Amino acid sequence: MNAAGFASLLQGAALTVMLSLIGIVAGVPLGLALALVRWARIPLLSQVVAVYVSVLRATPLVTLALLIFFALPNIGIPVDPIPAAILTLSLNTAAFNCEIWRAALTDFAKPQIEAAKAAGMTPGLAFRRIVFPQIWRTSLPALVNEMTLLIKGSPAIAVLGAVDITRAAVRIGSETYEPLPPFIAATIIYFAIILVFVRAQRTIESYMTRRFGFA
Amino acid sequence: MSHEFAVVWAHKDRLLEGLANTIWLSLLATAIALVLGALIAAVLMSRLSVARRAMQWLVDGMRCVPFLLLAYIVYYGLPTFGIRLNNWTAGLCALVLYNAAYLGEILRGAWAGLPSEYTDAAHAFGFQGLLLYRRIILPPVILASVPIIGNQVIQIIKDSAFLTILAVPELTHAASAIQSTYFVPFAAFVAAVALYWVLCRAVELTVGWTERRAEERR
Repeated sequence: MNAAGFASLLQGAALTVMLSLIGIVAGVPLGLALALVRWARIPLLSQVVAVYVSVLRATPLVTLALLIFFALPNIGIPVDPIPAAILTLSLNTAAFNCEIWRAALTDFAKPQIEAAKAAGMTPGLAFRRIVFPQIWRTSLPALVNEMTLLIKGSPAIAVLGAVDITRAAVRIGSETYEPLPPFIAATIIYFAIILVFVRAQRTIESYMTRRFGFA
Repeated sequence: MSHEFAVVWAHKDRLLEGLANTIWLSLLATAIALVLGALIAAVLMSRLSVARRAMQWLVDGMRCVPFLLLAYIVYYGLPTFGIRLNNWTAGLCALVLYNAAYLGEILRGAWAGLPSEYTDAAHAFGFQGLLLYRRIILPPVILASVPIIGNQVIQIIKDSAFLTILAVPELTHAASAIQSTYFVPFAAFVAAVALYWVLCRAVELTVGWTERRAEERR
């Protein structure tokens, strides 16, 4: 594998990181919104979310990517590989994040909410000031874990023709007839990306402990 | 739209064949990975610090690699060492290796939570080595980790969809084939998703049933 090969691997890495980050930025709040719908027990919508989460959690990323990429044009919405990939990753991770947020919301101490209500806070204000500042800290480890799972699932978008790390490695391997070096390089790149996320989580947690005395 | 589903229904035998392959592949992978995972857990819990450290590195390394990349390494990379596997065997090997690492870590976690009285009593009765592991340690460890093993089985089912890229004739591959022949993308993939959902529900129900049975026998 030469320098050009390595450069194309890094290009693939840039795409993997970019798509994963967009998926995370879209999927984490979307998951929170879904969890809030279920938490508030909004009739009908709550049941729809429950079915959505159950189905999406059981759907392989590859199958979801193919469904979105081939089926959307079929119902009159043309979609390019990159937007389809972003949609796939966001919809998938939102379902898992919904369950993480929901667990934190269900475990949240009821007396605090009642106290907020007694102090005259509206539900929205109580959520912003009381609930959210606490649940994001308890959810952080699980959310970061889900982020690493999303990155490990991201090669699924290769079926759409997007050239991520894995796809770039396969290309180099088939061009040079030496598949092992690019695969090993790709493994190291994934390792580094996932390590950054895990270290970032540790840093945020230790900052929280120092700043507030608890994580 | 209903016409699309009629086309898929007419070719349901292909979809069901894919489903059967997915089930067969996942079951076989789970069975072998569990046995391998039990061995890995034993190494992770052993007193030999060199072996333990090496295994920890291997397991943690495996958990940082995307499954598809591992499948490629097994399929395209191993021939470099003269090991040539067909796509089916390569897919199965990748599923086994990948999930054995996760299952090993799961079993180790349950084992670490096992009260020491268990093994102390077994020692007093003369249980040692493999017999001690197989008869005394493993049964409660497996039983305690049934729900997490269930989650991992769902992960195996979903990982097996990646093998469509190696042209393994599993469920997603069958759906792709139907969609590309008759151009019914929506119905073909929705049918596949529905079947995956049923499969995962079945795993969840099995886990619930096993837990109830275990509770009754306790």
